[in-house]
Amino acid sequence: MRWQIPLLIVLIGGVFMAVQYFVPLEFSERIYEYCVDWVIIVGVFAMGLGLWSLFRVSVGKIQTKAQGWGYNFITLGGLFGMILLGLFSGIEEGKQFMNLFWYIYTPIQSSMFALLAFYVASAAYRAFRARTLVSTILLLTAVVIMLRLIPLGPVSGLNQTVASWILTVPNMAAKRAIAMGIGLGGIATALKVVLGIERSYMGKE
Amino acid sequence: MAFYEKLMTMDRRVVYITMALAVAIPLFVPFQVPIHTTSEVKSVYDFIESLKPGDRLLIAIDYDPNAMAELHPMALTICRQCFAKGIKLFFVTLSQNGPGMAEQLVSRLSKEFNKKNGVDYIYLGYKPYPGLVILSMGQNFRISFPMDYYGTPVDSMPIMQGIRNYDDMKAVIAFEAGWVADSWIGDANGRYKLPVALGLTGVMTADYYPYIQSKQIIGLMGGLKGAAEYETLAKAKDRIASRGMKVQTITHIVVILFIIVGNIGFFMSRRKKL
Repeated sequence: MRWQIPLLIVLIGGVFMAVQYFVPLEFSERIYEYCVDWVIIVGVFAMGLGLWSLFRVSVGKIQTKAQGWGYNFITLGGLFGMILLGLFSGIEEGKQFMNLFWYIYTPIQSSMFALLAFYVASAAYRAFRARTLVSTILLLTAVVIMLRLIPLGPVSGLNQTVASWILTVPNMAAKRAIAMGIGLGGIATALKVVLGIERSYMGKE
Repeated sequence: MAFYEKLMTMDRRVVYITMALAVAIPLFVPFQVPIHTTSEVKSVYDFIESLKPGDRLLIAIDYDPNAMAELHPMALTICRQCFAKGIKLFFVTLSQNGPGMAEQLVSRLSKEFNKKNGVDYIYLGYKPYPGLVILSMGQNFRISFPMDYYGTPVDSMPIMQGIRNYDDMKAVIAFEAGWVADSWIGDANGRYKLPVALGLTGVMTADYYPYIQSKQIIGLMGGLKGAAEYETLAKAKDRIASRGMKVQTITHIVVILFIIVGNIGFFMSRRKKL
């Protein structure tokens, strides 16, 4: 019974949700709405669990003075500081909560992302070598796509046309093939779960 | 070390310093980059131009500060165009750092256009689990957003009177820095037939071209270039993206030059070996 009941719930739920998509009746819409509500509720519990886990791990590291425990202290300070400021000072523009977001968090995240420009330049210089036919095609494609952002005078129109062709023909064909592969893989996995073949979500078996 | 070897094994600090200069110098040198508009951006612009005063648009601010440079300018330009036309905007954010982005946008533009919260626009706020929120809004906005960002019950606001779900919206303009774009296309458009237009970061753009041809999206604005194109079409006064294009143009030229230099060294070394 420990295995059969969860499997039965998954089977009924999976078949119902698949059929429901094609049944435009108010009754099925109501049940669907109810299911979506439940998934949100379960999701909120997952968030609580995540917060508890973060708190427990951080406190544990601080107590044992594990390597880098100072970062855990900052993590907890940030977590509770933002929660308290959000609750008591408000979350509108100009409040302390937003000031911390704009003047501490935003510059940190923007700077981290901006560093990518340097890594990309260095990686492109080292990796883009015309060693083989395939790598030459990749190199030329990358250059054409990058050049579409640059005004080239009379050649701009031609480059835009070539870049547009690359994006809408070979790129699109490859993306569609990948998307279809992912879609078919998703359907196969969902069927395996619904039919009880894939049971790893229930833990060890 | 031979010259060609030097070309191939340039110290990475040289690359970094050159890039830093390529980013910094254009900011101080006054010049303009010509912006050519593309059909995928123009179709978004034409769609918004076709709307009438009082029409309703859902605006999804689904990006974090790291994508702000690319997506904030296009969000600003589009929201300005909408407010100027008298379109009612419903802001929502499904990215965990999006509330700050959206709040700044809303407070700035509402002052600029003298628009009233709850009458001309509503900022519904943030809810986690984007796929589920998008699905739930297809049923009823109130499932995920019984209150707005500031804690006011949405039913007490005039803008929400008679509004239930996506059927009451003309489209969603989604500014995306991640996979939430797939959910807008697959769930909001696929299941509920809500027209979708996308504003994307530059690296994401190529992934979403198939959806233009299949007509699952109205159009897309890709990265800073897409934002600059939109500013050109909308004749924006505050041309943040167009100014940023100077930097982007020079840095791209520098990257291409580095690739060329590396390949010159590579071919010279091959010739020596032969």
